[in-house]
Amino acid sequence: MNMIENEVSFDLRKNTLRDLNQALHDLSKTPGAKYWRVRNPDGAHAIAAGIKAPVTVNVEGHVGYYCAGMNQLATVIVHGNAGVGVAENMMSGLVHVKGDASQAAGATAHGGTLIVNGNASARCGISMKGVDILVKGNIGHMSAFMGQAGSLVVLGNAGEALGDSIYEARLFIRGSVASLGADCIEKTMGDKDKAYLAEKLKAAGMAGEVDVAEFKRYGSARQLYNFHVDNAGAY
Amino acid sequence: MAIKSPTPPRFSATFDEYSLAEIRRAASTGIYDIRGGGAKRKVPHFDDLLFLGASMSRYPLEGYRERCGTDVVLGSRFAKKPIHLKIPVTIAGMSFGALSGPAKEALGRGASTAGTSTTTGDGGMTPEERGQSSMLVYQYLPSRYGMNPDDLRKADAIEIVIGQGAKPGGGGMLLGQKISDRVAEMRTLPKGIDQRSACRHPDWTGPDDLEIKILELRELTDWEKPIYVKVGAARPYYDTALAVKSGADVVVLDGMQGGTAATQEVFIENVGLPILSAIRPAVQALQDLGMHRKVQLIVSGGIRNGADVAKALALGADAVAIGTAALVALGDNDPVHETEYQELGTTAGAYDDWHEGRDPAGITTQDPALAARLDPVKAGRRLANYLAVLTLEAQTIARACGKNHVHNLEPEDLVALTLEAAAMARVPLAGTNWIPGLQTF
Repeated sequence: MNMIENEVSFDLRKNTLRDLNQALHDLSKTPGAKYWRVRNPDGAHAIAAGIKAPVTVNVEGHVGYYCAGMNQLATVIVHGNAGVGVAENMMSGLVHVKGDASQAAGATAHGGTLIVNGNASARCGISMKGVDILVKGNIGHMSAFMGQAGSLVVLGNAGEALGDSIYEARLFIRGSVASLGADCIEKTMGDKDKAYLAEKLKAAGMAGEVDVAEFKRYGSARQLYNFHVDNAGAY
Repeated sequence: MAIKSPTPPRFSATFDEYSLAEIRRAASTGIYDIRGGGAKRKVPHFDDLLFLGASMSRYPLEGYRERCGTDVVLGSRFAKKPIHLKIPVTIAGMSFGALSGPAKEALGRGASTAGTSTTTGDGGMTPEERGQSSMLVYQYLPSRYGMNPDDLRKADAIEIVIGQGAKPGGGGMLLGQKISDRVAEMRTLPKGIDQRSACRHPDWTGPDDLEIKILELRELTDWEKPIYVKVGAARPYYDTALAVKSGADVVVLDGMQGGTAATQEVFIENVGLPILSAIRPAVQALQDLGMHRKVQLIVSGGIRNGADVAKALALGADAVAIGTAALVALGDNDPVHETEYQELGTTAGAYDDWHEGRDPAGITTQDPALAARLDPVKAGRRLANYLAVLTLEAQTIARACGKNHVHNLEPEDLVALTLEAAAMARVPLAGTNWIPGLQTF
């Protein structure tokens, strides 16, 4: 660990993951440095998981599973690729992956913002519960499966079964959609929707970079909200 | 004029009265029956075992005089703060949503008085429950309804639910009529819709992933909380071994007699194993790995009395969990509500439409008027009494077998009344030294 004024540098080849996370967790009890650098992450799992403090953590390399899991208040920036479940169950704050993300990015997340500069794999935003996810590349199949709330904005293409069994999450896709899942339909893109999308793009630092008119909106047809035998074939 | 048959009507043993009624119901509604409760069919159970007690070859302890310990420590493998229960009986996970607020409060009151823990269930942690439960296990379920790190930190242990005895491999179904404003808000879903809980976790798939997920949960909680892994009894040897491999501190094994808030009747009655048949393979897995008593085993599914508790412990469990019995202790299915049960088309003791939210006892409902019927203080006292009786009964049996702690009960203390029970529990058929079956799984 090396302190340079208001920044703490952690080298995971010299210090343990436990030391790093404990130091970050201690910030919720005793505020400390606002800026943190994590060097040599080497694909370790659960890096910066469980932070509850308004700090910025720059991770200089690739991370394994569940980086920034259940994040609250913090900004976690991954300067590399992220493994399964990055920002899973995030409550607030920002997680920004500069590379690609693996499966289940932002899974079940209740709030905050997840940005992926590259592609995200299958089940991006699965069971999302209020998070705003923005993927600049493509997303894989079954993304936003059972998505309950929040937004998923994709500048590239979406894989098969987008939004399967979706509840009230709002999906905006600029590219193609391989197929829609059960009860997911394309919806009209009204002025309110465009304003909502523009707000999400702005919040992700992309104001004016893409035209909201290039996106299509998808959401729930709400036909499967209450089980009826005549809809059994839809499942 | 028709000629009267000389023989009386004969009903089919296959198409019995219940089967015929169910066919008619299915034809009428077009949907399988959904209900609460647990399996109602008779399957091999603890009743098929007997304790030998002490005579010449064993020396008993004096009842009411000599001490017989009942405490159990859960989570001693990795957790900085293991749970220390005074009794080997815990309260199984039951959600706020499936149960009313007063019912959850009563469970907390009763368990705390008895010195044991309660468990949250699907749908998140309520302040009432955290406030009343001196030890609270927070379930980490596939749906992740209401899951947040603050509640994880408030919990005394975390139970990762992979399966449930009433429905191994199945998700939950909370019908729209039970989705009040509060339940809907806690689950981030619209009011009044059917809330279908996922059957699998969204961000991991197998034991290798689970190992990493457990690492994350430990990191999140600074390695303080015991991590339980709950599985429905289906392949207990392998599931237990893989749970241990994944890093579980405690394995919870739930047999098919376990309850459920609501799921398909066909599922409840036809999927999973009786708990009697699942304990020994799970214990065998722990023993093969050298982890018996290091990774604790909690078993559940149809525990009713102290004899069931003692038998489960004798077969190698460290503790048991009760769900249905706890609800009955609070007052569910009590004959005092018989008139209202009859108005619902059933009778006290058989009421199982818990998902409809019309429980006259105020326990499995979100109707404010019905829920207000349950006095959480009195109901909590009833539960505490019941837990005390379970413990006293188990101690009585343990003393008779010469044990100064209920954990010293062992398979050698048991015999079976039936071939099936002898094979499943791996104890001799009564009067013989014969244990049917192979010694492999």
